[in-house]
Amino acid sequence: MTTLSVNGRKHAIMLPADVPLLWVLRDHLGLTGTKYGCGIGQCGACTVHVNGEPVRSCTIPVGELDGAAVRTVEGLSPDRSHPVQAAWIAEQVPQCGYCQSGMIMAAVALLQRTPAPTDADIDAAMTNICRCGTYQRVRAAIHRAAKA
Amino acid sequence: MSGTIALDRRALLKGGVALGSGLLLAVPLSGPVLAAAGPAAATDLGAFLRIAADDTVTVIVPVVEMGQGAMTALAVVIVDELGADWSRVAVAPPPAGTAYQRPDVTKYQLTSGSWSVRLWYAPLRTAAAAARTMLVAAAAKEWGVDAASCATEAGRVLHRPSGRSIGFGAVAAAAARLPVPEKLVLKAAADLTLIGRSVPRVDVPSKVDGSGVYGIDVTVPGMVHAAIRHAPVYGGGVRSVDRASIAGEPGVLAVVEVPGAVVVVAESFWQAKAAAERLDVAFAPTPHDTAGTDALMAEERRKLDAPQAARFRSVGDAAAAIAGAARVVTADYSVPFIHHATLEPMNCTASVTADGCTLWVPTQCHTTALEAAVRLTGFDESRIRIHATLLGGGFGRRIHTDFIEPAILSSKAVGRPVKLLFTREEDMQHGFHRPAMTARLTASLDAGGGMTGLSMRVVGPSVHEHFWPAFFKDGLDYAAVMGLTTKATSSGLHYRIPAQHVDYIYQPTHVPIGYWRSVGASHNGFFMETFIDEVAHAAGADPYRFRRALLQDSPRGLAVLDKAAELAGWGKPLPPGHARGIAFCENVDSIVAEVAEVSVVEGRLRVHRVAAAIDCGTVINPDTVVMQMQGGIVNALSAVLGEEITVEDGRCVQSNFHDYPVLRLADAPVVDVHILRSDGPIGGVGEAMVPTLAPAVGNAIFAATGQRLRTQPFARDGLTVG
Repeated sequence: MTTLSVNGRKHAIMLPADVPLLWVLRDHLGLTGTKYGCGIGQCGACTVHVNGEPVRSCTIPVGELDGAAVRTVEGLSPDRSHPVQAAWIAEQVPQCGYCQSGMIMAAVALLQRTPAPTDADIDAAMTNICRCGTYQRVRAAIHRAAKA
Repeated sequence: MSGTIALDRRALLKGGVALGSGLLLAVPLSGPVLAAAGPAAATDLGAFLRIAADDTVTVIVPVVEMGQGAMTALAVVIVDELGADWSRVAVAPPPAGTAYQRPDVTKYQLTSGSWSVRLWYAPLRTAAAAARTMLVAAAAKEWGVDAASCATEAGRVLHRPSGRSIGFGAVAAAAARLPVPEKLVLKAAADLTLIGRSVPRVDVPSKVDGSGVYGIDVTVPGMVHAAIRHAPVYGGGVRSVDRASIAGEPGVLAVVEVPGAVVVVAESFWQAKAAAERLDVAFAPTPHDTAGTDALMAEERRKLDAPQAARFRSVGDAAAAIAGAARVVTADYSVPFIHHATLEPMNCTASVTADGCTLWVPTQCHTTALEAAVRLTGFDESRIRIHATLLGGGFGRRIHTDFIEPAILSSKAVGRPVKLLFTREEDMQHGFHRPAMTARLTASLDAGGGMTGLSMRVVGPSVHEHFWPAFFKDGLDYAAVMGLTTKATSSGLHYRIPAQHVDYIYQPTHVPIGYWRSVGASHNGFFMETFIDEVAHAAGADPYRFRRALLQDSPRGLAVLDKAAELAGWGKPLPPGHARGIAFCENVDSIVAEVAEVSVVEGRLRVHRVAAAIDCGTVINPDTVVMQMQGGIVNALSAVLGEEITVEDGRCVQSNFHDYPVLRLADAPVVDVHILRSDGPIGGVGEAMVPTLAPAVGNAIFAATGQRLRTQPFARDGLTVG
């Protein structure tokens, strides 16, 4: 059994230790905002925060997370009022939108670490894949959120 | 568009609304809800409108949303013509129904080809005008006034002389009982308040908080999960399955053999995936077990000299022009297979019961999904229900049913709803790829450097052969010659080149191929516009001015080219090591020019900026055009720089994003977009920007380095990105 907190709620996870956090979130806790894209930590669609750090949840076995605090896109705000969410809407970032939960979680983590990031900071931190090519607006939204 | 037109009754009346549990998106910020049914006490006014007693208007758009913004654009068209209150509108995707089939010869219920606004703008305005006329008539009747003295505004019918007004909800039921008007008057352009303005997209809020429901997110009571393992060789089959090899695996419920693959059904996806990987499966030998892309490309190159070809275009005598030319320029080009790589892998949830079949699926084509369900279940169409979810990317991949059929068969086998999900590896290795193509272009120049003749030969597989055989006839695949014609000039050509011919030569392959964003134009833009650059160079001309001279018959084309050059500052000084390249192409009835600015330093390529100009005629939502241009250019750049599917031993070599590199933020250029004001017919947007990007970048690399890249992807032969 693994005990972890997800968006402030405690859960006792009765699953084999090797099940990746991604599938615990999606199929067992019903938090489908976190997406599966590659399963090998490449695309970042599954990005969540573990103890405040951005991680690719598709490659983290849940057994390694006993006592951890996990935050997903659903935990940012109850009403899309988190500054990064508001910036994403203002800049009309998403197209298909599938990557955007992970993109937003990566951006939130960047801004926690670096409140006024430069373009170079954004280049280094935002390694998620967006197949629709929304990067220019992702960059603009991060700068907007930094000023909020 | 304005004036009196005859009503197409089909657009208004056929195919009643069965909303089911489709995803309902409310605007502006109240977010999506999964509705078990439409609003209570609601009245249908045709197939596209449902009006509730509380004045809420639900718009059922005939297309699905995959990021292209068509759902919002078409809702805007309906709401503006109707005079509804945009803040009280919900937007829903379509169920399967004849009313939502494309209003053209195909009769497919299909979201593809950048067709949504082109095909639906007029019919949806007509349908909304009919509904508006009926609402006004019902109110006028109740008030005992002349309908001509009434109008609609913000969801109410107004009688201006008396100042009375009534909400749509209060008259919708009476309106629905009135005869459908024979003649309609569309709103004058001056009375439109939404069309032509940048309206925030209705789907965006649900995409910033994780609430948007994609196919992969569907949950149905009693649902189980499935993973698939295809025969590794394209088109291969299963010889035997050793079920005992996964005996005792936790959660496994069934192993289902389907054509070309094995499906493992389990309580969770992780269990299904793990068991599918461990399952001992023997695959049958195929005739293609030694096939590969090296041999295929060699065969295509050989066929460049084939005596027989299907002629697509013949203007003048290009062969004679070339034979008698003062100077001849010729070059060969090729592009590889590429994958759609939608970030949401292929998936489908199916529930087959004794009563019927229900699908929850991110599909671009209700029609093929419906046909597959009928074929595999034996139910007639009335027993099939299709709920279209949000699509995590489409780009042409999701018109196919290869991910729907195994879900249906698995649900049939286990008697429960099954959500089938491809792993990324299965998705990548069993795609429907943009075909690998080869071309030879030859031009004749006169003594003054003017182009007198052009010969183009395109060799490669036929996209239409399997999906749409009507467009592959007499050896000519019309997909393979896309991006080479225009409706904007009387000649059908933008460039004035007196003698031209374009030939296509068919190349069979066992690799499944399909419709990748911009289809044949994705390679023809590269072939033609790289070659035009080579000819300009041979003629000693500036590549922009050379194209200007060729565009003298095309005022719209010339305006687009000039605008892109102006936006990019063509001819102005650049930082050391930087260079520009220009390209021009019409595709999906929109004219685009792009200028790329690149640098190559010690073999490292950076694309710094792309300036793009587009003439797409009437614009519904300008910001959607801009975002499509920005995103599509990055999508195209990704393909050009690094994407390639290779085949060895009959099977796909690449398996995931580690060996199929997709462009990331740090390498993405700044894209500046200018939309030309135009009175041209509505053009498509979603694919318009793709064909021009590759040649713009390649021509810029040539300008920077003198190295002419004639084969994609560019990031090889010593050239890296970053």
